[in-house]
Amino acid sequence: MALQSLDIKARSATTTPSPSVRETLEVAKLIDISKCIGCKACQVACMEWNDLRDEIGTNVGVYDNPADLTAKSWTVMRFSEVEVEAGKLEWLIRKDGCMHCADPGCLKACPAPGAIIQYSNGIVDFHEEYCIGCGYCITGCPFNVPRISKTDNKAYKCTLCSDRVGVGLEPACVKTCPTGAITFGAKEDMIHRAEGRVADLKGRGYANAGLYDPQGVGGTHVMYVLQHADKPGLYSGLPKDPSISSMVCLWKGITKPLTSFAIGLVALGSLFHYITKGPNEVSNDIEKEFEE
Amino acid sequence: MKRDPKDLIRYTAPERANHWVVGMAFILLALSGLAFFHPAFYPLSQFFGGGVWARILHPFIGVVMALSFVAMFFRFWKLNLITPADKEWLGRIGEMVNGDDHNMPAAGKYNGGQKLLFWLLVCCIALLAVSGLVIWRAYFSALFPIGMIRFASLMHAMVAAGMICLIIVHVYAAIWTRGTIRAMLYGTVSRAWAKQHHSAWFRQITGGGK
Repeated sequence: MALQSLDIKARSATTTPSPSVRETLEVAKLIDISKCIGCKACQVACMEWNDLRDEIGTNVGVYDNPADLTAKSWTVMRFSEVEVEAGKLEWLIRKDGCMHCADPGCLKACPAPGAIIQYSNGIVDFHEEYCIGCGYCITGCPFNVPRISKTDNKAYKCTLCSDRVGVGLEPACVKTCPTGAITFGAKEDMIHRAEGRVADLKGRGYANAGLYDPQGVGGTHVMYVLQHADKPGLYSGLPKDPSISSMVCLWKGITKPLTSFAIGLVALGSLFHYITKGPNEVSNDIEKEFEE
Repeated sequence: MKRDPKDLIRYTAPERANHWVVGMAFILLALSGLAFFHPAFYPLSQFFGGGVWARILHPFIGVVMALSFVAMFFRFWKLNLITPADKEWLGRIGEMVNGDDHNMPAAGKYNGGQKLLFWLLVCCIALLAVSGLVIWRAYFSALFPIGMIRFASLMHAMVAAGMICLIIVHVYAAIWTRGTIRAMLYGTVSRAWAKQHHSAWFRQITGGGK
């Protein structure tokens, strides 16, 4: 989707500034897990708006359906049954999908110019027409979100409904959520809203309630209100302090300029060696020895 | 350079063909690989029909290079075993680079520098083949944990850059040492060339004569 083309904060594999004369409001989606009833209306709204119909899977005895994110399922509910306090069962249902990181690992890793775009409103979007299907976005993502389609070998994930947001609408999942567990607006407002929810949860006995907006990836534009913010792993393995892997940072950071420079240096060094030292020829004495 | 019936055979036709299969595969791999490595090199993907084709072709060409290099390894590994004379040669490499070969120990078919390059390339190709398999998303990446894929991505890029540097040195050394490239093109070198640059090899195959 190439809307909002003047509002680009970052573009994959691009070393020059992107069109960024306009500043737009930083947006965020807030998912309040304590309000989620696991109805999957958001999954339906997502496939409806984006016109995607995933394969019909198999019931494996759990509520998760589909079992995982795919190129055609950009959001899935993940159900986990936990006992944080012994004897007190809690059903934690997390709507999984792209977190729209402020420092996106996918964008850092992507080698195709313009295949991944970060808008100034914070949305990280894949432009499949430029995607080459290498899967580096999967390698870079700290949340294991992008999926490569088996049919066209392009990477897909949640767009945060960039096409809807671009014309002033809220994302489809937000529009449909029957309990108001998903809200959307300015990131600042969403943080403020979360603070109220966290205070409420704390008052109801969830001492460790909190907002999940991990700073290791610069904060995210999809945030969670967690009843147990001290243990995000309870929510189907939500990472505690996610950040772009140091391997990916090395690979896409210092290695690129340093080794490009080294290659150039060796090539130029060879040329200048020839110019300064001259060729390594057979000496005249030996040459004469073989002349008859 | 005129060809002479007394020229010495340095490489047989199968050896030359093997070398150039590896060489051509390397050039294609370097061009397509650099395209993914740094945005500045992305236009190189146009040689392959665009980014998607470069992504599809690169690993298959990699398989060609790895297999043909294995064949070359078995042809040449014995000739590349490092001897004490090679170590001395490497110790004096500064003089050689400076253009003064008077004190260099007599080299056999390969000098210490060539042998070192051979073994470094063996390491590079082994590491590239293994890491390349791990990051071959279409067929193999799903078999490996994400941490290993990340490590392999980093290693593949660093080793590949190192190998490109080594090959630049390899090609330059062949250009610098006049009369060398014909050995890999049509197989022969002049007797004078052999005596000058590989005198121990020259003695060995001519029995010390002219």
